[in-house]
Amino acid sequence: MAGTHAGPSYMTIFWWLFALTIIEVGVIFMPIAKVVIAILLISLAISKASLVAMYFMHLRFERLTLGLIAITPLFLGTLLVFILVPDHAAIPHRTSDAVKIAPAAGHK
Amino acid sequence: MSQVATMHPGVEPAESPLTPESWGKLGMWIFLVGDAMGFGTLLAGYGAMRYGSADWPNPYEHLGISLTAFMTFLLICSSVTMVKALEAIKLERPGHVKLFLSLTILGGATFLALQAYEWTHLIQGGLKIYGNPWGASLFGTTFFIITGFHGAHVTGGVIYLSTILAVVSKSRNTARNYLLTEIAGLYWHFVDLVWIMVFTFIYLL
Repeated sequence: MAGTHAGPSYMTIFWWLFALTIIEVGVIFMPIAKVVIAILLISLAISKASLVAMYFMHLRFERLTLGLIAITPLFLGTLLVFILVPDHAAIPHRTSDAVKIAPAAGHK
Repeated sequence: MSQVATMHPGVEPAESPLTPESWGKLGMWIFLVGDAMGFGTLLAGYGAMRYGSADWPNPYEHLGISLTAFMTFLLICSSVTMVKALEAIKLERPGHVKLFLSLTILGGATFLALQAYEWTHLIQGGLKIYGNPWGASLFGTTFFIITGFHGAHVTGGVIYLSTILAVVSKSRNTARNYLLTEIAGLYWHFVDLVWIMVFTFIYLL
């Protein structure tokens, strides 16, 4: 049984997750730059997800092999985001629905 | 190292440093890794579409944060009751096991009911899978596909946990009950973990 371990109690983790959720909701109403809000929200979400994985899913107390398997999607997900970067750079300007559905000039 | 390998030196050892404590648990982790890639792809696609759109609506102005913040709280609570059920098996308290597993199932079912309420409310307000009154039509498409995919996982989790509750209630084999509940718990916590990401990317950002 992997449950026999010393560490913070489940209720401690619960209160951390609760507090971080409240901070997350508060952050979106803060009068700061949108990019700073985005960085803060993503950092808070990663912190919460890590707490769930490490303590509720017992990853902190498992073998290293299992930890490496579990972290694989994070690497592949990050890679996926970077793969999309050249596409974003190739877009000269953002488009709206009105532009997308407008018929091209010269077409009947 | 297995006894078979010690007794018969010519036999290839069946265990290695990579042999897991439980094959069932390893199987669930591998499934979750694949599932995480599915959610990751959906969220990356959402990001790409949103970045390329000039008229993407501001999510928290139209989707409503208070209800979904409560739904997040509900899933966190259900994760706590899940680990409490596991702890109760270890302490051999069958009454507590049933109570905590039932509370976890109730948390999941309430989450689904609130999601149905939210979807109904938003559809009546004009948010459709093919369009909406506020801007880019893909706003509704991505919202329903991603939250719907997660909702399907919660539905699967509620059915899975109900089955585990029925099995654990009948069996007195503590070690087996612990393993079955631990594996089901991994799935349930994953559903909670994914919601943390969905809540941030779809509702807050």
